[in-house]
Amino acid sequence: MSVLRPTTIDEAVAVLSAQPEAIPIAGGTDLMVHWPHRLELHEKTFVDLSRLTALRGLRWQDGDLVMGALTTYWDVLLDEQIGRRFPLLHRAARQVGAVQIQTRGTWAGNVGNGSPAADGVAVLMAYDAMVELTSVRGVDVVPLRDFYTGYKISHRTPDQLITAIRLPGIPYRTQIFEKVGARKAQAISKIGVAMVEAPGGWVVVANSMAPTIRRCRAVEAVLNSGHPISSPEALHDTILQDVHPIDDLRSTGEYRVRVMARLLYHDLREHIAAFS
Amino acid sequence: MTPPTSDVALGFLLNGSSVSVTCAPEDRLLDLLRGPLRLPGTKEGCGEGECGACTVLLNGLPVNSCLVPSYQADGATVETIEALADERHAALLEGGATQCGACTPGVAMTAEWIRRHPALGKRFPLSELMAGNLCRCTGYDGILKSLEAALTDDEGTA
Ligand SMILES: Cc1cc2nc3c(=O)[nH]c(=O)nc-3n(C[C@H](O)[C@H](O)[C@H](O)COP(=O)(O)OP(=O)(O)OC[C@H]3O[C@@H](n4cnc5c(N)ncnc54)[C@H](O)[C@@H]3O)c2cc1C
Ligand code: FES
Ligand code: FES
Repeated sequence: MSVLRPTTIDEAVAVLSAQPEAIPIAGGTDLMVHWPHRLELHEKTFVDLSRLTALRGLRWQDGDLVMGALTTYWDVLLDEQIGRRFPLLHRAARQVGAVQIQTRGTWAGNVGNGSPAADGVAVLMAYDAMVELTSVRGVDVVPLRDFYTGYKISHRTPDQLITAIRLPGIPYRTQIFEKVGARKAQAISKIGVAMVEAPGGWVVVANSMAPTIRRCRAVEAVLNSGHPISSPEALHDTILQDVHPIDDLRSTGEYRVRVMARLLYHDLREHIAAFS
Repeated sequence: MTPPTSDVALGFLLNGSSVSVTCAPEDRLLDLLRGPLRLPGTKEGCGEGECGACTVLLNGLPVNSCLVPSYQADGATVETIEALADERHAALLEGGATQCGACTPGVAMTAEWIRRHPALGKRFPLSELMAGNLCRCTGYDGILKSLEAALTDDEGTA
């Protein structure tokens, strides 16, 4: 194994361009899990991002929130303005692992890892985040909602570094994040939903319900239509147009659909008149 | 930029003293502390970020040293259980926060961080702040009650 330790973005992208098989590492909370047993990773070249001071910290720009790629969950939890403007970022951050994970894990690492159970990705997608990808070829900005094309497959090419995540400064009304796991703390989600009421209508994002975190367009259309919904079961078919949850070690597909329908129904009854 | 090498030379501030070491890039901070740096107080439980037995303070924040590559400690400040003065343990010892002791170094480091930032305990429930330190013996009551007592005590003496 070898590790490259660039100190500037230019150096980092030059390395990734010359060695596209090299693996960027930020907080290591995905890559270092069970490290002594992951011998295949010990053969690799890593690019340590921790010295890229330009990627640290978050800032407000023209009303938008711009998080450098090294922004951690804890950085976000310390920012009170985020709690007011994008409260789901706080709600999700508090539920990612525990404090020891929150101080190290980055939002960009959550996006880069691309797990279908990623809590950070779910709330970022609900807020219509844009992912800034930088390489020697230039800068690409991709909407997170279109970022994933399959299980752990994304539009990021191996020579690209995620350099920032940008959230448009839109005023939201109702904002809801639900995570259902095997226990309350320190659990990977079995079912998650992030929902916001934007000026243009509802945005609904499902987590752990498909090979990728996913926008649920059919559910959104029902919420926006004013179509009467009088039970959680009335949402099952619509949910199945958007996602096809699987049976796995954490849960079953059937359970996932039932629980997601109940979360939607009971949470939205207070906010949507057509839900009775 | 440092050229690719199999060994990495690092310098950091460990429990108040500067140290320089050379390590393999595969070494985790946990391995470095317990091995060449001869500080075996930090324990390994799960090796996957779940149990918190390996908690140390990195630049003042609690982290799982089993998930930190050593090279990321370069230039940082690291504090381990060995740096905690005896009186900082007293509350945990008296309050039934320890039995077998496997979790205790990690519990003590997270508790120390909370005591240094008492405002945290007002913003978040202590049980949430301590959720990353699993204990198979005490049932947590002793840990949470002794931390609460320590915080009240600190407030009185502040
Ligand atoms: C005990 C435990 C509990 C956890 N609980 C949760 C949870 O509840 N919810 C949840 O969503 N996640 C959870 N995680 C997973 C993990 O903490 C998050 O996914 C975290 O956000 C990863 O960030 P990192 O910086 O540590 O990533 P790393 O491990 O450093 O990297 C993760 C991936 O992203 C890539 N990457 C990182 N940064 C960049 C970049 N700037 N550009 C391009 N690629 C990049 C890496 O190459 C790698 O593939 C948990 C992990 C552990 C160990
Ligand atoms: S050994 Fe590091 S968290 Fe369990
Ligand atoms: S005292 Fe035994 S695990 Fe906590």
